[in-house]
Amino acid sequence: MYNYPDSTGHFGQFGGIYMAETLIPAVEELRTQYLRFRDDPEFKAEFAYELKHYVGRPSPIYHAKRLSESLGGAQIYLKREDLNHTGAHKINNAIGQALLAKRMGKKRVIAETGAGMHGVATATVAARFGMECIVYMGAEDIQRQAPNVFRMKLLGATVVPVESGSRTLKDACNEAIRDWVTNVESTFYIFGTAAGPHPYPMMVRDFQCVIGNEAKVQMPEMIGRQPDAVIACVGGGSNAIGLFHPYIEVPDVQIIGVEAGGHGIASGQHAAPLTANSKVGVLHGNKVYLIQDENGQIIETHSISAGLDYPGVGPEHCLLKDIGRAQYVAINDDEALAAFDALCRFEGIIPALESSHALAHAMKIAPTMGKDKVLLVNLSGRGDKDMNTVAKLKGITL
Amino acid sequence: MSRIQATFDSLKQQQRKALIPFITAGDPSLQLTVPLMHGLVAAGADVLELGVPFSDPMADGPTIQRASERALKNGMSLRGVLSMVAEFRKQDATTPVVLMGYGNPIEAMGWEAFAQRCEEVGVDGVLTVDFPPEESHEAFEHLQRHNIAPIFLLAPTTNEARIEQVAKLARGYVYYVSLKGVTGAGNLDLSAIEQKIPELRKHIKLPIGVGFGIRDAATALAVARLCDGVVVGSRIVQEVENSTEQDVVANVGKLVNELRQAIDKA
Repeated sequence: MYNYPDSTGHFGQFGGIYMAETLIPAVEELRTQYLRFRDDPEFKAEFAYELKHYVGRPSPIYHAKRLSESLGGAQIYLKREDLNHTGAHKINNAIGQALLAKRMGKKRVIAETGAGMHGVATATVAARFGMECIVYMGAEDIQRQAPNVFRMKLLGATVVPVESGSRTLKDACNEAIRDWVTNVESTFYIFGTAAGPHPYPMMVRDFQCVIGNEAKVQMPEMIGRQPDAVIACVGGGSNAIGLFHPYIEVPDVQIIGVEAGGHGIASGQHAAPLTANSKVGVLHGNKVYLIQDENGQIIETHSISAGLDYPGVGPEHCLLKDIGRAQYVAINDDEALAAFDALCRFEGIIPALESSHALAHAMKIAPTMGKDKVLLVNLSGRGDKDMNTVAKLKGITL
Repeated sequence: MSRIQATFDSLKQQQRKALIPFITAGDPSLQLTVPLMHGLVAAGADVLELGVPFSDPMADGPTIQRASERALKNGMSLRGVLSMVAEFRKQDATTPVVLMGYGNPIEAMGWEAFAQRCEEVGVDGVLTVDFPPEESHEAFEHLQRHNIAPIFLLAPTTNEARIEQVAKLARGYVYYVSLKGVTGAGNLDLSAIEQKIPELRKHIKLPIGVGFGIRDAATALAVARLCDGVVVGSRIVQEVENSTEQDVVANVGKLVNELRQAIDKA
């Protein structure tokens, strides 16, 4: 039976609690409190209530018929996380952690954000529960994702630009950790992805598993069976693990994670540690496959999508790769952009650039499969935030 | 007897406290690190903490972040740092050198290869900021095999059970982080340190060094009265940053000398 992480927070050789001593008691306290509340009926009921009435769950599954017909092969179905309140899957986790923060008596929450979706989700729940909210965001990402910065500010959050390093998601993480170590007693760190020190990879996964748990019920209702494959984009990998985890022990469902191939794996400018066979390393509290140079320094990554532009990946994906239960592939910037356009034109849905990676891979393999085959793609977010990026790539000034 | 133990034993006999300055290897240039190390010793340093630069120094404030960026830009690597220690040892066989940094460069090199090279070049201790005792089993084994002391951090948030755990694994000395925050922060609380040290002493038989946030001679003296060694990092790195390549060794020496004189009043 698949049962990870172990009691010390390891997924095989991956995961762990690689943090400075000052924060170790904080992550231990978080683990204790999370284990105490995760099976607490009152906590579960409140989480379910918020997901239903505030987020708008369950998110539907949609058969992308015209897109599928145009490809002439497998049928593509979309799990519509883009229809959630705030426009992405990130809110599932942010609600869960905010409810925990509330029970732990923390009045101040901090978060890192890349594309801004987790920042918006955190700012949203902070407003919802009356907490102070600080969001760290790379200066480069603030440029790329201006609408989300404005949204966070409207929601009452303070957005702190991070100018160090590559000025993207990993640097925002560094800065959030620095805040946490300084304000450890008053502050709850709402971490956005299924990575970081234990218990975050487990806790974020658990909160995101609502995606896969719903899909497992919805697919048989729609087509009388489970899909042939579930497909999701992987940056840190929280939307992916949320969809994948409930399917791990469903034998005939193929699991495919799609990383950001950037300008192509061979170019070295990508954010695809699993596909590029990067070495194991330690960053941001966990041991994972990590894009790094031969001296163990983290290399700047590249992706068209800020949310995938990260050198590491969650520890459970590393394990799923190693044990062969999931397959990981990369989709390049231009392929993701083509999928973005296709979904707009064929289905009237503007997807996030992150989710466009998962879609692009489905569009790539669908024509090679029979028309009776079914691919379930996690449409993890909507693309409104990407208008500036896409316009710029098309040479259009808004 | 190890160099670290010999140093602390001799200080104890003289009833003096250790001065433990930190510099980032490769900052301001690759050529100046070894002269700076000798300069620190000449100015009164007892143990040297040599920072191994990392691309993502999560526990460091802006001053040491900038030093790491400068060092990496200069081409500094873990292997390069080890060669610098070899160079330093040609003229100094007694001053303990402790490497301080993050785990990933060591993971990339491999713990056994790293520990072996440490022994060869004369490194005495290794402090890996993001490897708590829970994740240090492999590291510990290789370091022990090559007689390199694993140096551990303790923090204001560390509870008694963890102090006990660290007491079992630590060698050389223990580094108490005097505040909740990153290196170079300015909110050091002397009375909190004073309260915590006896709690540490219950389990820690090794010398206790205190660092983070010690920015001037007066604070160094006050801290020295409470423990066995004073670690000064960001303030020295700041002096490196504000100096020219011509006067950096002299300026840092002057600062360390002031700290030395202050500490010797303890």
